[in-house]
Amino acid sequence: MAIESDVLVIGGGLAGLSSAISAAREGADVRLVTYKQSTLRQASGLIDVLGYTPDGDGPLTDPYEGIDALPEDHPYRIVGVDTVRDAMSMFDEVVDTYQGGHTDTNALLPTYGGTVKPTARYPDGASAGLASDDRDLLLVGFEAMPDFDAPHVAAHLRAAGVPFDVRGVTIQFPGELMDDAKVTRYAKLLENNGPVTVRGRERGARDALVERINPELEDEPRVGLPAVLGDDDAAGVRAALEAELGVDVFEVPATPPSMPGVRLEDRLFEALDEAGGNFESGNPVVSFDGQDRVETVYVDKQDARIPFSADQYVLATGGLVGKGVESDRERVYEPIFDCYVPHPEDRYDWFDEAVFGEHPFAGFGVDPDPELRPLDAGGSPEFQNLRAAGSVLGGYDFAAEKSGSGVSIATGYHAGRIAAQEAQ
Amino acid sequence: MASTPHVLVIGGGSTGIGIARDLAMRDLDVTLVEQGNLTHGTTGRMHGLLHSGGRYAVSDQASAKECIQENRVLRDIASHCVEMTGGMFVKRPEDTEEYFEKKLEGCRECGIPAEVISGEEARKREPHLAKDIDKAIAVPDGAIDPFRLVVANAASAEQHGARIETHSPVTDLLIEDGEVVGVEVKHKSGPGIRVHGTEGGTEEIRADYVVNASGAWAGQIGEMADVDIEVRPSKGVMTIMNIRQVDTVINRCRPKGDADIVVPHETTAILGTTDEEVEDPEDYPEEQWEVDLMIDTLKELVPMLEEARTIRSFWGVRPLYEPPDVGSEDPTDITRDFFLLDHEERDDLPGMTSIVGGKFTTYRLMAEKISDHVCEQFDIERECRTADEPLPGSEDFSVLRDYMEEFGLRSPIGRRSVERLGSRADEVLKTNEPNPVICECEGVTRAEVQDAIKQSGSDLNAVRIRTRASMGNCQGGMCVHRLASELHDTSVDGDTFDEAIAREAWDELLQERWKGQRHALWGEQLSQAMLNYALHATTQNRDNDPADGEPVDFAAFDAGGDHVGDASGTDVAADGGETDGY
Ligand SMILES: Cc1cc2nc3c(=O)[nH]c(=O)nc-3n(C[C@H](O)[C@H](O)[C@H](O)COP(=O)(O)OP(=O)(O)OC[C@H]3O[C@@H](n4cnc5c(N)ncnc54)[C@H](O)[C@@H]3O)c2cc1C
Ligand SMILES: Cc1cc2nc3c(=O)[nH]c(=O)nc-3n(C[C@H](O)[C@H](O)[C@H](O)COP(=O)(O)OP(=O)(O)OC[C@H]3O[C@@H](n4cnc5c(N)ncnc54)[C@H](O)[C@@H]3O)c2cc1C
Repeated sequence: MAIESDVLVIGGGLAGLSSAISAAREGADVRLVTYKQSTLRQASGLIDVLGYTPDGDGPLTDPYEGIDALPEDHPYRIVGVDTVRDAMSMFDEVVDTYQGGHTDTNALLPTYGGTVKPTARYPDGASAGLASDDRDLLLVGFEAMPDFDAPHVAAHLRAAGVPFDVRGVTIQFPGELMDDAKVTRYAKLLENNGPVTVRGRERGARDALVERINPELEDEPRVGLPAVLGDDDAAGVRAALEAELGVDVFEVPATPPSMPGVRLEDRLFEALDEAGGNFESGNPVVSFDGQDRVETVYVDKQDARIPFSADQYVLATGGLVGKGVESDRERVYEPIFDCYVPHPEDRYDWFDEAVFGEHPFAGFGVDPDPELRPLDAGGSPEFQNLRAAGSVLGGYDFAAEKSGSGVSIATGYHAGRIAAQEAQ
Repeated sequence: MASTPHVLVIGGGSTGIGIARDLAMRDLDVTLVEQGNLTHGTTGRMHGLLHSGGRYAVSDQASAKECIQENRVLRDIASHCVEMTGGMFVKRPEDTEEYFEKKLEGCRECGIPAEVISGEEARKREPHLAKDIDKAIAVPDGAIDPFRLVVANAASAEQHGARIETHSPVTDLLIEDGEVVGVEVKHKSGPGIRVHGTEGGTEEIRADYVVNASGAWAGQIGEMADVDIEVRPSKGVMTIMNIRQVDTVINRCRPKGDADIVVPHETTAILGTTDEEVEDPEDYPEEQWEVDLMIDTLKELVPMLEEARTIRSFWGVRPLYEPPDVGSEDPTDITRDFFLLDHEERDDLPGMTSIVGGKFTTYRLMAEKISDHVCEQFDIERECRTADEPLPGSEDFSVLRDYMEEFGLRSPIGRRSVERLGSRADEVLKTNEPNPVICECEGVTRAEVQDAIKQSGSDLNAVRIRTRASMGNCQGGMCVHRLASELHDTSVDGDTFDEAIAREAWDELLQERWKGQRHALWGEQLSQAMLNYALHATTQNRDNDPADGEPVDFAAFDAGGDHVGDASGTDVAADGGETDGY
C-alpha cells in the first residue's frame, strides 16, 4: 500500500518547503519527502528577490519594478509579479526572524567578500549591518577564521564607497580552540557561554569575548562579527552581546557551512509542521509510475522501495547544486522523471570563457508552462499533475541576478497553491 | 660462493621493496623489477591501516602478535609515514557481549594495549559516533601512507647498492637444467619512467636466486615455470570521503564482516571494505553496490557518513593464498598469514622462492623471514638490521610531533606542510600566531601562504604553485578570497599590498582557476562549478563589486524597518543597544 496524500512535494529546500507550506495553508493534506540537507546550508541566509537585470544593470532599488523588464520565460514572469508579492508576504508571516518586509526597496548588506549586495529580506541578526544605514561600523574577525578577515573586508567596503566609517580588527577568540574549529563549535560555545580557559582561568566564552571586543571599540555604535553567534538561540546570543557591549551587534552573512541558512531551514520545517504538513528526510525519490499523470513515486530506503501516491506532485529537487539537475558527458537531465532540460548539445557550449561570463549552465533546468508544469521537448506538459519549483527550473541565472531565494519562494508558493487547489 | 650472490626480486610492492632493502643492507647484490611504478599493485590500493593486531586478536592470534610488534617497529623507523591516530572497536547494542569480551581477552593475550571505554567516553573522543554505541575497546591502530613508505624503502635499498627497475615486467623466467637462473624483462619506455641503464627493449637478467613477490600476480609468474601457485585474488572496495569524519580508526566489534572499518587519512576518511573473489587481478568489475554498502553499513557507526560526499572510490586485490588442501569456500575464511613457497622443496625447481599472502603492516617482518631464507641458500649469516635503522626521511621528520603540538596543527596537515617544505619547515612554521588552514583541499596553512607571498610578491598564482593552495577538489571555490585576504596588508621589501592590489590578484586567480575547470564540466564537477559560481557571485557579489564599478547610491536603499529602532543613528550606545523585536 502506498503512503497517500493530496499533495506530495519532492525536495526540502526553500522551494519545496515554500510549496508544502502554501499547499498546507490552502487546506491540502501535504507530505514532503527530501533526501539531504538543502542548498541553504551553503547559502548566505539572505533572501534575494532581484538585484540586477539580466544585462547586469544594478543594484536595483526596487526588485518588483525590475521584474517587468525580465524576459518572458523568466520564472518571475511566468508566475507574475503579484504572485511574487503574495509569496513574499507568506514568507514574512511564516518566518518571524527575518526583516525587510516593511518596504519594497532592496537593502544592501556587506558580504564577507567585502562587497555589498542587494537583497530583499535579511535575518534579524544581520539587520544592524545594513550598508545604507550611515552609522559607523567596527568589524571584528578572529585570527583563526580566515574566511572573514575584518581589516580586509573593511578596506574593501571603504573602496566600495559605503556612507560610514568602517574599521576592521582581528582578535583571538578566547580559549584554546583548535585552529580549524568548526563554526558550530564557536556557535555552541557562545550560546552556552561555555567554559574557555583564558590565562589559566575558566571563563564563559561570551563574557570573555565581550572583554576582548570592548577595548577595540571606539565610538562605533555597531559591531559586525562572523556568522557564528549562536545555533538554536541566535537572538539570545545577540541580545546578550548587545547588552554587555552597549552597541548593536550583527552577523556578516556567512560562508558555508552557513549558520543563518541552517537556522532558516530549521524554522521552515517547524512552520511546515505547524501548518499540519508531514515530512520525512534521508532517502531519495528514485522512480515513478505513470504515463500522462504521475501515479506513484518510489523512495529508496535501504534497498526497499517505498511507494508514495498523491493527487498532485511538486518537484523541488534543486538545480545543479541540489542535484535536481544532473549531467554527464553527453547530456543534462532531470533524474527522477526525466523531464526535458533544454541545453546546448556540445558540452563546450555550456559555459563562457570568463569566470563571470554568461554561463548557460547557470540557467539549466526544466522549462515550465504558466502552471509551472515542466514541458517536454514539443512544448506539452510532461505530466498533468507535476509542477516544478525553485532551482530545478531553468531560464534564469540566480547568481548573476541575485534572485535565488526569491524565485524559490515565489515558484514554490505558486506550485503549492495550484497543486492544493487541483487536489480539492 | 666466491662472489656476492645476486638476487632478483620480482614486484615493487611493500613485500618486494622490503626484501630488496633487507638483502641490500645485508650486502647482497639486489635487482628489483616492477612492471609498473612502485606501488602499482595492491600496495597502492589498500586501506592504509597500521594494524594494532586488534582485528586478528580473536581469529588469528599469530598474526595479531606480529602486527603489534611491527606496529611498534614502524612507528620507530618510519615515523614520517605513520600517523598514530589510535583506534577503537566499537560495540553496537546488537553486537554480542560475548564477542566483545573475547576481543578484549584476545588483545590482552597478544600483548596489544587495550582499554575498555564507555560509549560516552568514546563519543567524547569521536563526537560523530552513533549515540547508541554501548562501549568500545581502544587500541593503538594507526594510519600509514603506503606510497611514502615504499619510496623510502626504495631509497634506502638504492643507498645500499640495489638496482631498482620500474616499468619493467618480467615476461619469462630463465630456466637452465631445471633451475631458475634469471628473468627476461621488457623495459617499457615513455615519459616519467626511471630507467637504469637500459632504455626500451628486452633484457635478460641473470641471478643466483629469484624471489617472486608479485602478490596477486604470483600465479602468473609460477606459470612461466609450470608451477602452480594457488593465489586467490579477492577484491575490496575503499570509499574516500571528502572530509575526515573521524580522527581515530573506527572498527566494528563483531566477527568478520564487510564494511566494518573507517580509517582517517590526511584530510579524508576512507571506508572499507569488501571481500569478493575475482578471476583476474587486473580486470574485475567495480560495482556500485560495494560503495553503497560502505556507506549504508558504516553509517550505523558514524551516522553523518550518510550525508557526506565521497570524492571517489578505488579497489584493491588481496593476494590471498591457501595451501591446496584447505579449499575454503568463502574468501573471508582464507588466512591472512603469509606463506613462503620454496619451489625447490615444493616443485623440485631450485633457484626461486615465492612469497604470498600477508599484510602491509607486517611487510618488514615478511621481508626479514624471506631474506633469512635467501641467505640460508648461500650459507650467509648476517643480521637483519631493518628493524633498527630508520628509513630515509624519518629522522628529518622527528620534529613533526613537536610542530603539531607547538602550532596546534591538525596532524595530517602538519605532515603535508612539512613534506612540502622539507628542511625549511622549521623556519616557515615557527610562528606564535594561530595557523589556520587556508586551503582545506590541499591542507595549506596560513604560515605557508605567508611564506610564499614573501617569495613571490603579489602574484597569487605564484603562491598557488608554491603551496598547491586552490588546486584541490573545489578548485579554489572556498579559498581564493582567503588568499586575497592573506595578501592584503602584507609587506614585502617595504611594499605593502593594499586592498586594490589584493583585489586585482584575487580576480586574476579566479580567472586562472576557471580556465582549468572548463574541461571537466559535467557531473560532480559541474555541480561544484555552479556552487563556486554561486559562492562568488551570489554570496560575495564578486561579479558586481561596487569597488570596481559605478558608485552606488546608498541612500536609495532600505535603511531598516521598525525592528531596527536605532537606524537614525542617535541615542544608540547609551542604552545598551536594547533593541526590540527579539
Ligand atoms: C553557494 C550559494 C549561495 C547562495 N546565496 C544566496 C543568497 O545569498 N541569496 C539568495 O537569495 N539565494 C542564494 N542562493 C540560492 C538559493 O540558496 C537557492 O536558489 C535556493 O536555496 C534553492 O532552493 P531549492 O529548494 O530550489 O533547492 P535546494 O535547496 O537545492 O533543495 C533541493 C532539495 O531537494 C532534495 N532532493 C534532491 N533530489 C531529491 C530526490 N531525488 N528525492 C528527494 N529529495 C531530493 C535535496 O536533497 C534538497 O534538500 C545561494 C545558492 C548557493 C549554492
Ligand atoms: C582492499 C584491501 C585493503 C587492505 N588494507 C590493508 C590495511 O589496511 N593494512 C594492511 O596492513 N594491509 C592491508 N591490505 C593488505 C596489503 O595491501 C597487501 O597485503 C600488501 O600491500 C601486499 O603487498 P605485495 O607487495 O605483496 O603485493 P603488491 O603490492 O600487489 O605488489 C606486487 C607487485 O608485483 C608487480 N608485478 C606483478 N607481475 C609482475 C611481473 N610480471 N613483472 C614485474 N612486476 C610484476 C605488480 O605490479 C605489483 O606492484 C589490504 C588489501 C586489500 C586488497
